[in-house]
Amino acid sequence: MDIADFFDTFFEEAEELLSDMEQHLLELDVDDPDSEQLNAIFRAAHSIKGGAGTFGFTVLQKTTHILENLLDYARKGELTLRADLVDTFLEAKDIMHEQLDAYRSEEEPNQEAFERICQTLQQIALDEIGQQLDGPTIPAAEPKAAPTPAPSENDAQANSNNAEAPSNGHLLVALLNVEDKDRILLVEELEQLGEVQSQSGDAKRYEVVLKSSDSADDIEAVMCFIIEPDQIEITAVEGVATEPAPAEPEASTPAAPAPQAPAESTASKASAPKPAAKEKPKKAAAESSSIRVSVDKVDQIINLVGELIITQSMLDQTVSDLEDQSVGNASLQNGMSLLQRNARDLQEAVMSIRMIPMEFVFSRFPRVVRDTAGKLGKEIELITEGKSTELDKSLVERITDPLTHLVRNSLDHGVEMPDVREAIGKPRVGKLTLSARHQGGNILIEVRDDGAGMDRERLLAKARENGLNVSDTMSDEEVFQLIFAPGFSTANEVTDVSGRGVGMDVVKRNIQSMGGRVEIQSKLGEGTNTRIVLPLTLAILDGMSIKVGGETFILPLSTVLESLQPAKDDMYAMAGDDVVIKVRDEYLPVIAIHEVLNVENAITDPTKSIAVIVQGEGRRYAMLVDELIGQQQVVVKNLEDNYRKVPGISAATILGDGSVALILDITGLHRLSRYKKEAGKKVVNNQNLSSFKEAEPS
Amino acid sequence: MSQANNGAVLAAEAENREFLVFSLGDEEYAIDILKVQEIRGYENVTRIANAPEFIKGVTNLRGVIVPIVDLRIKFHFDKVEYGGQTVVIVVNVADRVVGIVVDGVSDVMTLTPDQIKPAPEFGVTLSSDFLSGLGSLDDRMLVLVDIDKLLTSDEMALVESTSNQ
Repeated sequence: MDIADFFDTFFEEAEELLSDMEQHLLELDVDDPDSEQLNAIFRAAHSIKGGAGTFGFTVLQKTTHILENLLDYARKGELTLRADLVDTFLEAKDIMHEQLDAYRSEEEPNQEAFERICQTLQQIALDEIGQQLDGPTIPAAEPKAAPTPAPSENDAQANSNNAEAPSNGHLLVALLNVEDKDRILLVEELEQLGEVQSQSGDAKRYEVVLKSSDSADDIEAVMCFIIEPDQIEITAVEGVATEPAPAEPEASTPAAPAPQAPAESTASKASAPKPAAKEKPKKAAAESSSIRVSVDKVDQIINLVGELIITQSMLDQTVSDLEDQSVGNASLQNGMSLLQRNARDLQEAVMSIRMIPMEFVFSRFPRVVRDTAGKLGKEIELITEGKSTELDKSLVERITDPLTHLVRNSLDHGVEMPDVREAIGKPRVGKLTLSARHQGGNILIEVRDDGAGMDRERLLAKARENGLNVSDTMSDEEVFQLIFAPGFSTANEVTDVSGRGVGMDVVKRNIQSMGGRVEIQSKLGEGTNTRIVLPLTLAILDGMSIKVGGETFILPLSTVLESLQPAKDDMYAMAGDDVVIKVRDEYLPVIAIHEVLNVENAITDPTKSIAVIVQGEGRRYAMLVDELIGQQQVVVKNLEDNYRKVPGISAATILGDGSVALILDITGLHRLSRYKKEAGKKVVNNQNLSSFKEAEPS
Repeated sequence: MSQANNGAVLAAEAENREFLVFSLGDEEYAIDILKVQEIRGYENVTRIANAPEFIKGVTNLRGVIVPIVDLRIKFHFDKVEYGGQTVVIVVNVADRVVGIVVDGVSDVMTLTPDQIKPAPEFGVTLSSDFLSGLGSLDDRMLVLVDIDKLLTSDEMALVESTSNQ
């Protein structure tokens, strides 16, 4: 067995440990630190260091080592924690994460960041405890930065404090209750780490004396990939003693590791494995009930099930055709309906594999809020609700950036400075709530703040300044949507927080590309609520199939409000080409699909066609179609895989007869129709259509 | 420039290459057989609105949505008919699956390096950039199309051009 086989396991474990560490650091109450939490942070650092050392990730090992030493002082109460120290620890954690990523992609980690963080951490040690951390791991650049002479006494003290002193090289590794086949592997593994001097024992307790330059922790870390930590005991052998001497006292109490340990160094060593042992079994239990599967495999299954559904509906159609010709067969009918139900159940079950809880998204926000609030000098309390709400994995990945931006925006523009809040009678600490919940076939994610809210008049004034077409009669919802216009900012100055990165228009575009929409509710002086409505999954869509000319299209059912037969009296022409229809005292723009999509042989007389009232981006339109066919669930197929984005079309699907139908994109169609009208009768081809996307102000 | 490139490429691969020969009108064209995934009939193509004329639409190839390009329209052939002989060659280029409509597929030919001549600079319709050469076979001339370059080119509008992304 090669040690490289364990790399992936290490990366995954280290990642989990780092995020644990971050979580604990964030939860840590600086004034009254919980010793359990400090221990947990220390353990995480300790485990990462062990693994990193074993796999030869020196930079990561050294960084972790210095951090670990500081954490050790902290948990012993020798280092008094302060908020800025925690910030530095968090920064160190970030750098370690970068280093981990670098190793994962087989690159060398950033040396500069490494040296910088080491220096910072060393400086803390100097300032706060008045001593330098133990020597061997300080990088070359260090001694300059830490001019205080490091007396050997301090060194030794630090070493013994941390249970890190490499022993004189002889270690007694005892394997408890290890099966034969594992034991052979382990011994082979030990041979890789050093020189096996002797080995003896049985399955209950097997002892190996190892001469190795690696520390006991490193060895334990390797072993832990195969067996549980409580199955290992590692003790240093004093001097170049022969094995029986230390083995004897140990052998008398095989199960109890610490108390009668032979050497003083053993006693301090034993303290490290023990807390680690507390944590590991828990994780093992969680792992046994789940398996890691690559997303590709899951997607493949989902695709296959999609195919199955299509085949099933093809069969269904054939059977109902037979029925029509009265050659139907009752048991065939029954079989078909059973198949249909089973296929749907299977599809549902398979789709649920991809669902992951929103916690994955929300868990990063305590950090984002903390950092942003710190930068802005604001005090924020973050509340998350509905962490267990499940969402499709691909959506979870894509929602993070827009959500981060919305949160930053809320903190920057929404929540007022503490003094201002106090002056207007609000609590100093602003409240930011992130919530997720299911609503119908959608998931609703909200970013709520109790800040200043949006000023309608200011938004309108700013919009006019920017040359946008606005009027005083616009609804609040429409006015608030203005902040999503490209280049629109009401902030008087661009801050570090929201002046960089993606703009709100990009947020909106991202969310729309996920098939979702953003709504804003705001009350001046009371706060803003930004609601993101997303479909649960991108793979399946409830659709309404419609016919125009001889062609079938799918309208997302979620956009369809109603359909009606337009009467001539309700249609009004406006400024030449534009047509609006009056529906219950509201004038809606009319989009004739056959015109926008150049469909031939379609019904051109609006009064003979059907108007489907649809809603997209908070606006309503009337779409003229020839015929409504019916509702059906369709499997969404990407057009961009083999082709490209098509204006007015969001994706494609395969119908029961095996043919392809295009799924309409409401707002895209509206834009397309406006663009076509603006371009006059000019023949529109794909090239200039793709350029219109950018120019479109909507 | 492109001739020099072609020369270099050909010199580098001093091996026989196999080509799938197809016809457009009376002309014979050929593409690298390794690019070909399968050959099927022309049926059930869903039109895509506002696409260039030579993009016939998309079709369902066992659950995959595949765009269909009619090379006859692209190369401005007068007679474009869809009949029993009309076939679609499904090719794999740049990680994409694309179907090309041709008048017929005749055979698979092996060409030795010296049977492949550099393509002269000609034609506005079919730039010699998209050719990997001309194959001469007794009295036949095969136009060897570099299907990768052709289908990923901007003028085919099959892939989103990078400037738009």
